[in-house]
Amino acid sequence: MNHDTYPNSYIRRILRETRTIAMVGASANWNRPSHFAMKYLQTKGYRVIPVNPGQAGKQILGETCYASLADIPESFDMVDVFRNSEAAGEVAEEAIRLKDAKGIRTLWMQLGVRNDAAAARAEAAGLQVVMNRCPKIEFGRLNAELSWGGFNSGIVTSKRRKLRAS
Amino acid sequence: MSIDKPGFETLQLHAGTPPDPVTGARQTPIYQNTSYVFEDADHAADLFNLQTFGFIYSRLTNPTVAALEERIAALEGGRGTTACASGHAAQVLAFFALMAPGDEIVASTRLYGGSITQLSKTFRKFDWHAHFVDFDDPAAVRAAVGPRTKALFCEALANPGGVVSDLEVLAEIAEAAGIPLVVDNTMATPYLIRPIDWGADLVIHSTTKFLSGNGTAMGGAVVDSGTFDWGRNDKFPSLSRPEEAYHGLTFWETFGDLAFTMYTHAVSLRDLGPSQSPMNAWLTLLGIETLSVRMERQCANALAVAQFLEAHPQVAWVSYAGLESSKYKALAEKYLPKGAGAVFTFGIEGGYEAGRAMVENCELLSHLANIGDTRSLVIHPASTTHRQLTPEQQVAAGAGPEVIRLSIGLETLDDILADLDQALGHARRMAAE
Repeated sequence: MNHDTYPNSYIRRILRETRTIAMVGASANWNRPSHFAMKYLQTKGYRVIPVNPGQAGKQILGETCYASLADIPESFDMVDVFRNSEAAGEVAEEAIRLKDAKGIRTLWMQLGVRNDAAAARAEAAGLQVVMNRCPKIEFGRLNAELSWGGFNSGIVTSKRRKLRAS
Repeated sequence: MSIDKPGFETLQLHAGTPPDPVTGARQTPIYQNTSYVFEDADHAADLFNLQTFGFIYSRLTNPTVAALEERIAALEGGRGTTACASGHAAQVLAFFALMAPGDEIVASTRLYGGSITQLSKTFRKFDWHAHFVDFDDPAAVRAAVGPRTKALFCEALANPGGVVSDLEVLAEIAEAAGIPLVVDNTMATPYLIRPIDWGADLVIHSTTKFLSGNGTAMGGAVVDSGTFDWGRNDKFPSLSRPEEAYHGLTFWETFGDLAFTMYTHAVSLRDLGPSQSPMNAWLTLLGIETLSVRMERQCANALAVAQFLEAHPQVAWVSYAGLESSKYKALAEKYLPKGAGAVFTFGIEGGYEAGRAMVENCELLSHLANIGDTRSLVIHPASTTHRQLTPEQQVAAGAGPEVIRLSIGLETLDDILADLDQALGHARRMAAE
């Protein structure tokens, strides 16, 4: 996978097949990007399980926080890394180790986070990898919400977007 | 078939404007509306905290204006765009994110006269200081950059007279200084050149000109390339330091390559207030649908008019970068291979009085202060658009006493030539009397 530019189809497929996200580095502070990315993804129907040793056992946005990926009792589809590029290496190793036990399919590193060596190991282990992107921004981009802010979504379509039923 | 890289003509019709999801309307609806209902109190709080996408109030964002913003961003190859009330407002918004009191801009002497006045007179009230330099001289530009300089600013193709900026060289100077290159692309439009492809960091438009194209709607836009690292130095605290008005949120850390456009909506438009009206955004979207075909024909007409004038006995000189005689011909071939624009100047024999007489005697060309209309336009800059400048500034800006500016439109070429010929004849007879 070329990690400079991703085809829309690749990102769309990952966001569609993902149901549960383990968010490493989720913050309890309401004004931190990880906190409001988690909140946004919850409103879009994803279950987000926070991972943060400092908050282990406490609740963030209604979900119990765990100290590590291995501590999460159930399975999850994606690991979303809100750590720096170097620390993302360790998270990738843990995700590779737990891939089959937890059913992990995707390793996603946040906007500004890129670790090519870790990505190569994760891909060799059969994980899909996205780096230097935010799932909130990508979800918004592919669903015309990012466009509301005057941003270039890169989407050209003559199809009518389906509205969410309430 | 999947279209991952649509062409320019596809983008000018489709970017930013998928069918309306509620009604299926194919043409973009005009959301003539000020404010937007929240889903609940929590949603309202998230919007005010910039934590989710959505609309609050049309001073910040509006669906029709957002469609225009996305389309311009797509055409320029940028990350995001902030549309606003006029090109002058766009300049204020672009610099507002970059500047603090005491900061400086290094700008081209060839800027449009109204921009020179804004930068040199009005910006001084914000304690922002512009230094004007000949941008054909890279050493002079480099020498003018000081520790408080926060931007280089020029036009890709300068108004009024056929000056092409060497953007690659200027981008290198800006990069070495750790500051953005800001390029006004009003005259060339993204159809002729995309400054971001040549290293520009921010692109400014008066959308009033070629983008709306029909002389219908005022508007401006600031396009962010999304590629400038606002955290690379301490020069841009508005973006790289916590913002008190949003509980200490840091735009660069939180929004990455969206940071500039987020700031320009959430702080600059919010507090300075020059938002674009939905009606004007809609008219501009409509204009952009035909941008490529208009530019192609207007450039072809302009080249033919420039060649005609160059051979005319009443004409002292013609400054059009598409002419063999232009000192900018090589730069035009490099940066503007599809055409050197549709606006240029010429010098009339007989000076100031002959210039005024020529303009007054045009019957097809309209005497008014605009460019980029589908109609051909004529003006005498020294007595109008560039009147606020000193005589020295007028000459430096290419708007001396004998200069006539033309903006060539879509009329039948022979009719444009005939009108210019008879107006020049009038000016000659008046001079003889």
